[in-house]
Amino acid sequence: MAETTMTAKWKIAGALAFCLPVLCGTLLAQKNSCLDCHAKLEAELKAPADSFKMDVHQQFGLGCVDCHGGNPAQDDQDRAKDKTFRGAPKRAAIPEFCARCHADSGYIKTFNPRLRVDQLELYRTSRHGQLLKKGDTKVAVCTDCHGVHGIQTAKHPKSLTFPWNVPQTCGRCHADAALMKDYRIPTDQLSQYKESVHAQALFEKKDMSAPACNSCHGNHGAAPPEVKSIAFVCRQCHPSAGELFSKGPHKKAFDDMGFSECEACHGKHKILRPADDMLGTGKDAVCLQCHEAGSKPFVTAGRIHDLVGDFRAAIERNQALLEQAERKGVEVSDPKYKLQEIHTLLVSVRNLTHALDTADLEQKVTEGKTLLSGVQASAEAALREAKLRRTGLVVATVFLILFAVAFYLKIRQMKGRSGA
Amino acid sequence: MNKTLRSVWVFLDERFQIQAIAKFAKKKTVPEHEHSFWYFFGGICLFLTALQIVTGLFLLLYYVPTVDGAHESVQFIMSQVKFGWLFRSVHSWSANILVGILFVHMFSTFFMKAYRPPRELTWVTGFFLFVLFLAIGFSGYLLPWNELSYFATRVGTDIAGSLPLIGKTLKTFVLGGTTVGQATLTRFFWLHIAILPVAALAIVAAHIFLIQLQGMSVPLGLKDKPGKEIPFFPDFIYKDVLGWTLILILIGILCVFLPWEIGKKADPLAATPLGIKPEWYFTFMFTTLKLIPSHILSIEGEKLAVLGFMLGGAFWLLVPFLDRRAALGKPSRIFTVIGVVILLYIVVMTTLTYTLKGL
Amino acid sequence: MKRRNFVNYFLGGSLFATVAAFLYPVIRYILPPPQAEALQKRVAAAKAGELSPNSFKIFKFGASPALLVNTSEGQLVALTAVCTHLTCTVRYEPDSGTIYCPCHNGRFDLAGNVISGPPPAPLETFKVEVVGEDIFVSKKA
Repeated sequence: MAETTMTAKWKIAGALAFCLPVLCGTLLAQKNSCLDCHAKLEAELKAPADSFKMDVHQQFGLGCVDCHGGNPAQDDQDRAKDKTFRGAPKRAAIPEFCARCHADSGYIKTFNPRLRVDQLELYRTSRHGQLLKKGDTKVAVCTDCHGVHGIQTAKHPKSLTFPWNVPQTCGRCHADAALMKDYRIPTDQLSQYKESVHAQALFEKKDMSAPACNSCHGNHGAAPPEVKSIAFVCRQCHPSAGELFSKGPHKKAFDDMGFSECEACHGKHKILRPADDMLGTGKDAVCLQCHEAGSKPFVTAGRIHDLVGDFRAAIERNQALLEQAERKGVEVSDPKYKLQEIHTLLVSVRNLTHALDTADLEQKVTEGKTLLSGVQASAEAALREAKLRRTGLVVATVFLILFAVAFYLKIRQMKGRSGA
Repeated sequence: MNKTLRSVWVFLDERFQIQAIAKFAKKKTVPEHEHSFWYFFGGICLFLTALQIVTGLFLLLYYVPTVDGAHESVQFIMSQVKFGWLFRSVHSWSANILVGILFVHMFSTFFMKAYRPPRELTWVTGFFLFVLFLAIGFSGYLLPWNELSYFATRVGTDIAGSLPLIGKTLKTFVLGGTTVGQATLTRFFWLHIAILPVAALAIVAAHIFLIQLQGMSVPLGLKDKPGKEIPFFPDFIYKDVLGWTLILILIGILCVFLPWEIGKKADPLAATPLGIKPEWYFTFMFTTLKLIPSHILSIEGEKLAVLGFMLGGAFWLLVPFLDRRAALGKPSRIFTVIGVVILLYIVVMTTLTYTLKGL
Repeated sequence: MKRRNFVNYFLGGSLFATVAAFLYPVIRYILPPPQAEALQKRVAAAKAGELSPNSFKIFKFGASPALLVNTSEGQLVALTAVCTHLTCTVRYEPDSGTIYCPCHNGRFDLAGNVISGPPPAPLETFKVEVVGEDIFVSKKA
């Protein structure tokens, strides 16, 4: 039965009456005159409105008013910028501006109980913080590293503080020769770092555990590590090398002379994959930095280099043999596995050189070479097998050809006999 | 020596009446003409099938059809078993060569219109043999349980599952469950070494019986010319054996210089490797499905392609009954053209699989 | 020698040689190889009683090294020894009762979970069965 138009109209009106307050409420509740206005402006004034969409603060329900104050319900500019309006802070005041919330543990706890609240305190101990206190506004403040309106957490790959973005973030200033002119510190750290094995791990292998600038220099309390503490910094990830070094004669010598342990041989930013030629007495050897030709340490250096070099050469020889056998089609996965294990032994031998104990090294290398002889036997057997296969093929083929010829002759003979 | 052979012959003849068979064999002739070269391909298929059965039986001695043991047993055969590498490589290479020769045999008989009456059933049994051998190839491919075979089987069974009406049931039956696993391996092994070979041998017997009974078909154009006939034994047999010997030498060379790889063990939890594809003889269908647009006139592209293949298959099976002109002994250009189109399609699609980027 | 005899001998001889050349691999193939059968994914890692409490052993499992640990409580635990960071071989550290990777200071607990350091993922654990005198390690289902 069709309803009367009167009943239908009342139904519609009732629905609207119910919906309207809800609609209005939601619209009003979300009203943000700051974004509305700024979105219509140009360039720098438009940027905050655009980038805030991606901001982590927005995701927690915070808005322009929570940092800048003002009244977002008001469209009129003067009414919007009421007496609570704080505006954009001056550079020197930015750390305190952010710390208004980020140093307030009670407030931060309501959003993320595990977020640290000591950033400002740490910042004040850093070189950046100290220089800022003295009035230098060229140094980094919060917004230089974290961004300003599109701030993302360090877990977000697009964030300026995501591990593989950190070098670029620091480098924006520290690699700028003109900017750093007055500070009398080098500006080649970023370019040096980019050549390092750590950068390769971070950028190419996407290994998030690889160190970026903040791993060694700290985040908010950023400062170059003291000479003594460089060794501790490296030992965070390389404890065995550190332990071995401490057992050896270099530790006391370096400490007495005030040398930083790891940096003396490995560098600090351009830390490359250590080459075996860093040992010994060749032109790339780091030992020559201190030890003169003919001295006892000089001889030891040569001995260590030869031990490691010989072992490596033996492994490479066997590797080549196995690859040759494999190319020829022989299955060599068992000796390849054993060679993998021996390669692991080589890695530990190289690490062992930090202790500078030749007796220990000799024992380990002998152990490795014994295992290697087993691999060599397998590799040679595999190559013999490959040769055998080819010989077998030739023999079988010759027999088949002979058979074909014999068969042909027999057929001809049979046809001749039958007089066909 | 001759005396001994003679007495053996007499012994067998008294019991099996070989003389009668020998008489029939001596009378049998094979036509020789400019296209009779193609006659050899059927025999090559038979030879390679025998080779597969023999090498397959030997592989059975060491192969273990379990998820935990399959890959390891193939590794074992390739590395520890004496000449295991040879038996396995011969089996793998011959499988691929056999499928290739099957295509040649099938298309050569098509273009020579050997399916004309009274040889329609030879064609029909041949069609079923083709399907059976493709199934044997597909089932055998999974058995080494390596990465490629696992994912190729996944892709293949997914496509089977998309067939209309019977797809889901077929896929569940083939897989032995919902995913490729132990049940699938057991089933494929059962199919590969027992069911499909037995079925194939039965149909091969029928196929060969028909050929022996009806003799070789001569292409239409040459039918009326005065033909040369050569005796089956020894001339044709000799040429057959020569061909088989050459193929054996070729397979030997391939196995010594290009032994079949073992591959990485299948890991069902790993991501599908990029560029995964089925074996080459399925790639023309696979690439068709990849290239077809997702919708054609509001019908799902994939379903249309599957339908197309099924219709194509049905056409191929029924060609002897559809080609009326050839049946009447008249030149049948249309069917030749259709055959060329199908052949070109298969060749082009297969080539594209390996040349197109991003497939 | 008559020509006919020569052909017969030639044929017989070459046939025999061909058959022999094919039969030789067949015979060698069917005679069992020294290692009786393929290594299944169930390996006898050690003998019962071989490991004292709070010690470990590295053994080959498939194509990679694996770790068998006899904990200080006498429980047997087996895991892959391939570190999930950069594939170094891990070891058991009796002092801390944890699994340690010497390359970059990665540390795992006996369930394979990462405790500290760079490894991004836990170590795969295996099933341990003691059958008579042998300790068998196999993949979990």
